Amino acid sequence: MTTFVELLVNGISIGAVYALIALGFVVIFKATEVVNFAHASLLLAGGYLIARLWPLVGFWAALLIGVAAAALVAAAIEFLVIRRANVASHSVLAIVTIGVDIVITTELTRQIGTDVLAMGDPWGSQVVRFGGVTLAETRIVALVTAAALITAFLLAFKYTGWGVAMRAAAEDAETAALMGVRLGRVSMSAWAVAGGLAAVAALFLCVFPTPGLDRSTSLVALKAFPAAILGGLDSTTGALVGGLIIGVTESMMSGYQNDMAFLGRGIGDVAPFLVMLVILLIRPAGLFGTKELARV
Amino acid sequence: MYRYLAWTGLTAVLFLVPFYLDGFWLQTGLFAMSAAIGAIGINLLTGATGQLSMGHAFFLAVGAYAYVFFSAEPTARLGGLGLPTGLAAVLAVVVAGVAGGLFSPIAGRLKGAYLGIATFALIFGGQHVLFNAEHLTGGFNGRAVPELDLFGFSFGDTPELIVLQVPFGTLERLWFLGLALVALSMVFARGVLKGRPGRAMNTIRDHEIAAGVMGVPVARYRAGVFVLSSMYGGLAGVLLALVFQRTVPEYFGVLLSLDYLAMIVIGGLGSVGGAVLGALFVSLLPQLLTKYSDSIPLVAAPGTPGGVSPAEAARILYGAAVVTVVLFLPGGLLGLIRKIRLRPPRLRLPLSSPSPETRSPHVP
Repeated sequence: MTTFVELLVNGISIGAVYALIALGFVVIFKATEVVNFAHASLLLAGGYLIARLWPLVGFWAALLIGVAAAALVAAAIEFLVIRRANVASHSVLAIVTIGVDIVITTELTRQIGTDVLAMGDPWGSQVVRFGGVTLAETRIVALVTAAALITAFLLAFKYTGWGVAMRAAAEDAETAALMGVRLGRVSMSAWAVAGGLAAVAALFLCVFPTPGLDRSTSLVALKAFPAAILGGLDSTTGALVGGLIIGVTESMMSGYQNDMAFLGRGIGDVAPFLVMLVILLIRPAGLFGTKELARV
Repeated sequence: MYRYLAWTGLTAVLFLVPFYLDGFWLQTGLFAMSAAIGAIGINLLTGATGQLSMGHAFFLAVGAYAYVFFSAEPTARLGGLGLPTGLAAVLAVVVAGVAGGLFSPIAGRLKGAYLGIATFALIFGGQHVLFNAEHLTGGFNGRAVPELDLFGFSFGDTPELIVLQVPFGTLERLWFLGLALVALSMVFARGVLKGRPGRAMNTIRDHEIAAGVMGVPVARYRAGVFVLSSMYGGLAGVLLALVFQRTVPEYFGVLLSLDYLAMIVIGGLGSVGGAVLGALFVSLLPQLLTKYSDSIPLVAAPGTPGGVSPAEAARILYGAAVVTVVLFLPGGLLGLIRKIRLRPPRLRLPLSSPSPETRSPHVP
């Protein structure tokens, strides 16, 4: 039973981190209708900067710089590439982001080489005990931070002028533009927010119990894609639920993999994708995605 | 007239290659041929029908491993059926098609980039199976690939064969097989694109609802094209296995799938020629950089620390090429060639194959 609770809490915590990534992904999709395959590289960029800078400027400053830099990179991608691509189909825009992803990820993995970079976080490998349940401090911090960021984002999305502009642009870009919403700013800020969230997620993906940031971190980040799509690409609620489902599934499957040896080693890494397939079979638009309707 | 001359010249050059170039170039060329077949397949799906697939590497893996499984003699550790190798190759392509068909409930219903993310599952699931089903796949170390033997003619090093004083080994023999397969794949895909199915596919890409209204069974077409594209992937996998002579699971990862998407964007979306051009570009670039790394600035020889290795330089270059093409060269390399050929004073309207540029930019 204690194992179960531990796995569940760890799963929720890692799920909250996936939700951060998926939320950025969904925000970009809502604002610009681009499926951003470069998201993993944004995450890697943020994480890499934090890992490289903390010995120089201290952890908190490094975190701040990392988040800001990831936001900047994301905004730059929007400004330099997405805005200028004159294509009819959004599939092609998605492929452009793949091109961007190839460039950034290749360069960063080259810089990282075979190193495993520590994140220099103040929580280290300490654990907290509640009764018989042992939890890593990092997991608790991750959960609290992710929850706080997500709440702040949702409130801003609902009540601030920026949030209203964003929702208006997502609803009907043309009308929103006529009403004075500056679409360029809206989409650029969406990308920046997504980049910042990805950098925070990068921190929590690379702290204890993971050894640190290495070249495979961008592959870990790919697990947030199923989180986003099984919740529904255009739904912020979906991103949260999707993240949690993926996190808990992964944690449970990895935790109990000895009882499921017939499925092979490393089933925890595959399980998120299998869950996604099952959900897409039943609901092709995702759990909370709006089913596309068209008037002809 | 010029067209026929050009084609004849190209064919002659391609036939002469094994007589002059060494093994390195033949192998590179064969990789490019395998890539061309795979790229044609994914261009039918992504370029012509607008369905993004990240799972192409999976179907290459299915083709490669199915060929090995069907053709290898069973041993204590590894399974196999020991079928005639020609039959095994055909069955491997069929199995890749069946694998694509099994995915059709999803491939038929999801569209565009949604399908792209869903097909990530194929890659990760596939990798999991490749590493764990050791009896079939040999696990981490992979399996040796039996030589192909067609109607008594072996595509291996024995028996010795000397043509015009050039010893014909595995690579030389496979070269001609590869050429034939690429030509067949091109002709077939061109037929698909020019006929009714091609028009239906382009309509689905440009306007799904219009396609449905005009009587195109959208879901069935999407699933069908997915199956066809995975069969192309399977064939590419078989050829790749024959050239590599060993299949290893690591090769068939996410990066390979991204390579294929880069190929079709760089070459030109939605056309057969574009896929082949892009495949040549993406598969020759790293080899060229490796070969001439001494004389290119900023690129270090493989194994030297510090510098950008040729493989990385190639990846960065074609990643940038993808972005550049979409920003400045809609239509890809093929579009560029057409533009140059159609420049005045020899202004000709292209009579054949209206390709992606013909669609209206205003239709969502």
